[in-house]
Amino acid sequence: MAYVDAITQGILLGGLYALFAAGLSLIFGVMRLVNIAHGDFIVLGAYIALVTVQTTGLHPFLSLIVVVPLMAGLGYAIQRWLLNRTLGPNLLPPILVTFGLAVVIENSLLMLFSTDNRRLAVGAIETASLSLGPISVGWLPVSTFLVAVALIAGLELLFYRTAMGRAFRATSDDSEIARAMGVNTRHVHSIAMAISFSVIAIAGVLLAARSNFDPFSGPARLIFGFEAVIIGGLGSLWGTLAGGIVLGVAQALGAQISPQMQFLAGHLVFFLILAVRPRGLFPRMD
Amino acid sequence: MSNTTLRVVLGLTVAALILATAPLWAGRADLRLIGEMMSYLALAVLWNLLAGYAGLMSVGQHAFVGLGGYVLVIGTVSMGLPPLATLPIAFVVAGLAAAAFALLLFRLVGAYFAIGTWVAAESVALVFAGVPAWGGGAGISLPADVVRSIAETREMREFVVYWLLCGLGIGTLSAAYTLIRSKPGLALMALRDNPTAAVSVGVNISRIRFWTYVMVAALTSVVGAIIFLQKLRVSPQAAFSLQDWTVAVIFIVVIGGIGRLEGAIVGTAVYFLLRETLSGYGVFYLIVLGVVAILVVSFSGRGIWGLVERHLGWSLLPTGRRMSA
Repeated sequence: MAYVDAITQGILLGGLYALFAAGLSLIFGVMRLVNIAHGDFIVLGAYIALVTVQTTGLHPFLSLIVVVPLMAGLGYAIQRWLLNRTLGPNLLPPILVTFGLAVVIENSLLMLFSTDNRRLAVGAIETASLSLGPISVGWLPVSTFLVAVALIAGLELLFYRTAMGRAFRATSDDSEIARAMGVNTRHVHSIAMAISFSVIAIAGVLLAARSNFDPFSGPARLIFGFEAVIIGGLGSLWGTLAGGIVLGVAQALGAQISPQMQFLAGHLVFFLILAVRPRGLFPRMD
Repeated sequence: MSNTTLRVVLGLTVAALILATAPLWAGRADLRLIGEMMSYLALAVLWNLLAGYAGLMSVGQHAFVGLGGYVLVIGTVSMGLPPLATLPIAFVVAGLAAAAFALLLFRLVGAYFAIGTWVAAESVALVFAGVPAWGGGAGISLPADVVRSIAETREMREFVVYWLLCGLGIGTLSAAYTLIRSKPGLALMALRDNPTAAVSVGVNISRIRFWTYVMVAALTSVVGAIIFLQKLRVSPQAAFSLQDWTVAVIFIVVIGGIGRLEGAIVGTAVYFLLRETLSGYGVFYLIVLGVVAILVVSFSGRGIWGLVERHLGWSLLPTGRRMSA
């Protein structure tokens, strides 16, 4: 029974990992950029939510009306005026710049907020649970999972059913041609980053409601999101959900063996997938 | 021997002599600082070969520094080896580990390779933290008799470790210079300047990348073993520190000049200058380094040495070639 319970928790945790992964996957899909500071921006979102809650007294979930636009604006600005100038045939500059951003964010948060563990108190939903036969699951993980599914469905619609999505796909396929056709690719990149940052903001608040965080919580979130992307398959948003679930279940089962095995089990599954299915479970991108 | 080669050999020899005599003229704290600078110089030269020349953007080199530290401690404590005998073992163990990682990680493209190396480092750290016999999460110290086997007095011990670190710094720099001037080095430079063109003239990219990754990892591990010979104690947190062994090294190379041997020297100087002047302000120096690195990448690309080279035409370790008639 402990295993059934662990698997259930792992699946629900996978929803959160899929949220970490979706933002990464989106910008990689549009502009082949990997944001090394992705996890640190998730944590930055959590801190912005914390400050918003403390100053306005809003409920953490309502603080999203402040956090999402702020983060989206930040994402747009960073892409438009910093990252766009680093995109080109050479892969190193964007990695190095986002790596620099990661270190700047971590240490700035450390100076502002110290290493204290923080958490967002979200009220009764924290402890409320739902009985499913012999096991019970928390409402918070269930809602997180549902939010992840809804967001991924929304991103899929955006990508494949809207004019903006067409611009994204055109830029992804061949940004030179897209530019020749009148697409302002610099603006498209920046919009994609703004969307990625909106997902980051939501992921940050959900993370902060679920577990403690500190200024150095970011890198692990980047790694989990990245593992979900690779396990699920590059370029597939539903794949990232599958990847997140596989990773969440692996970690939950690993934790049953020993505390150290929790994260190691996730890493091992990641390496296993690289060994036997390097393109991931549901690849879409060539 | 050509004129330039002679000058470089002379320069490196003079530098080595000045450094080697430092115990005669420098205080204890200074000696420690110079030793630390030499270890960072070695790490920076190695990472520069990897990222700057072979285009392999690893953010997981702390895996190999830590591996070297643990080989030192396990070799001396559990196997009774003299400390220096663990260095070749560290070289081989890290080389094999890197070869295994390469088989998997080389399947990841570009930036995803970078995060993959990070996952590898995290995994290695978790493995070492999980073995109680190796100290688990708390770590393990070198026992007193092993420490004494380095040298009898504390003063002499510090000198020996200092000389080892100097040998490492100057040795790595000289080896990298020799490598870049050799035939495989020519291939590395071609790879740095234009991978597509390099392939078209017959450079086997995957082979050269594999060997660069493996050799750099093996040498990084030797540097790690000597670093922990000075610290006399390993723990998963210190041995596999992202901040100390990867972040600092990347900033050094990027600010100094990626893809230029001189970059590691200039970057090490800038890093220690900033760290020591801002030491009263906690982690503020890391924020400054991060901002400087971002500006350097966005505006210059080739770091401080790149600017020097372009505007003044200087070259400390000339690796360029002239066409002969």
